[in-house]
Amino acid sequence: MSAQTIDALPAVPGLAESREDQRRFAQRRRALAWRRRLLPIAAVVLLLALWEGGVAFFHIKPFIAPAPSAVAMLLVKKIGLLLQNLAPTAIEAVSGFILGNLAAIVIATVFVYQRTLEEAFFPIAVMVHTIPVMAYAPILVLLLGNGVEAKIAIAAMICFFPTLVNMTRGLRSVRPQQMELMRILSASPREVFFELRLKNALPYLFSALKIAAATSVIGAIVGEWIGATTGIGALIIQATYNFDSPLLYATIVVGSAFSALFFGLISWAERYFLKWNVGEAG
Amino acid sequence: MSVATLRKDASPAPVVSLRGVSVRFVTERGAVTALHDIDLDVEDGGFLTLLGPSGCGKSTLLRVVSDLLPPSAGAVRVLGVPPAVARGRRDIGFVFQDSTLLPWRSALQNVELPLAVGGGGARPGRRTPRELLALVGLGGWENALPHELSGGMRQRVAIARALVNDPKLLLMDEPFGALDEITRDRLNEELLRIWEETGATILFVTHSIYEAAFLGQKVLLLAARPGRVREIVDVPLPNPRHIALRETPAFVDLVAHLRRVLEAC
Repeated sequence: MSAQTIDALPAVPGLAESREDQRRFAQRRRALAWRRRLLPIAAVVLLLALWEGGVAFFHIKPFIAPAPSAVAMLLVKKIGLLLQNLAPTAIEAVSGFILGNLAAIVIATVFVYQRTLEEAFFPIAVMVHTIPVMAYAPILVLLLGNGVEAKIAIAAMICFFPTLVNMTRGLRSVRPQQMELMRILSASPREVFFELRLKNALPYLFSALKIAAATSVIGAIVGEWIGATTGIGALIIQATYNFDSPLLYATIVVGSAFSALFFGLISWAERYFLKWNVGEAG
Repeated sequence: MSVATLRKDASPAPVVSLRGVSVRFVTERGAVTALHDIDLDVEDGGFLTLLGPSGCGKSTLLRVVSDLLPPSAGAVRVLGVPPAVARGRRDIGFVFQDSTLLPWRSALQNVELPLAVGGGGARPGRRTPRELLALVGLGGWENALPHELSGGMRQRVAIARALVNDPKLLLMDEPFGALDEITRDRLNEELLRIWEETGATILFVTHSIYEAAFLGQKVLLLAARPGRVREIVDVPLPNPRHIALRETPAFVDLVAHLRRVLEAC
């Protein structure tokens, strides 16, 4: 694209130089972009090498801390088992993510229009939020049984609060002049909501969704710890009790990879849907 | 120009008429009188600039005329009806100090907003949003997002948006206050051209004496605390006007006069 633009320019004195400058500028930018990508990779490789060397040098037993190579080998060998256990966790996490965030969005909308309800119920939401997930997870298992429902509920609960807070703020933080504009245009309350409040809240919502993407997986895993026979959480418990550290580590790697993927997907959606927000964010 | 003349024949009544209008705000430190007993008529096709020190209620006056703020006392008529009715008929356009574009809408979509909400819609015979963008000098920028536009360009989009319903009354609240002087001069000239082309009546708030004198057919000087009409000055300058006019003796004299009145406020 840029090359075409440059070629299309008329021949003026000094252009050759500016073209050369531009080429150098582009080259430097590419170099910086590669640097940003390569540096973290180099750091990871270095740490893994230190770890591998440390395990070999100090003769550390595999069940205490397995070498990265052992974890990698197991990851390849038991990838079927790992993915088979990832499936239920992923379903629970994504379902909880959708339910928890939907509930938060709806309740935030109600709060914005019914201040009394917010004043009455927001403190309760804060109190529930201060309870650690490990404390309310067994309660939800008792209430909902040992099936998939309890895990989804735990994942939903853990997503709910950040989205509720962000969404309420986003819906409310409409600039007074924008409200005046809508009034001049005789916009109905419905139009004010969909044209103004909801779109204004999207950047806030996506900030919360990115947090929720990672925490929903944590919620599902914690739910599986309380009682499950399959899933990443169940596999972590099994591997721990069997002193199968390479499997434990490999399970963690798979769980984290899924979290990162989920987070990446939401980040991508944010960039795609909020192109208009780059000016303000950057 | 012919449109303006036609309108003048059709409705000799003032476009804006205020009788004994007062606005009081109650704050923590007691009641503040923002406007006190304002009587004002703005004739059809006129360009009235409102000039005064900060806190004199210039913006409050626009908000009363546009039904954003109810007066505490007195009567307001816009085109012979209460402001709320005129607003509902889409006879009022408003340009804010800050462009107030919706950042998720492109330039063209922002201009289309008044057609999309409040039961609006395109009407035959009116300038289309695309034509209005061209009128304000932004042809070719239809798909640009607000963050890609400069402050002056955003304000041009805001003007195009205010014109999309072909309002008979255009209210402008320090629309160029945040712009650099060069951009401001250019937009001042263009606003006069748009005023002549559309035939709209314009109320323009500013705190710049030069802007008030250059744009207005009349300048309304407001005194502060409480905001009240100090003087209405007829602007004896020829039309159409160009920036060079500001170097003529007539303009310099007018500015000196306005400054003297303001200092006495």
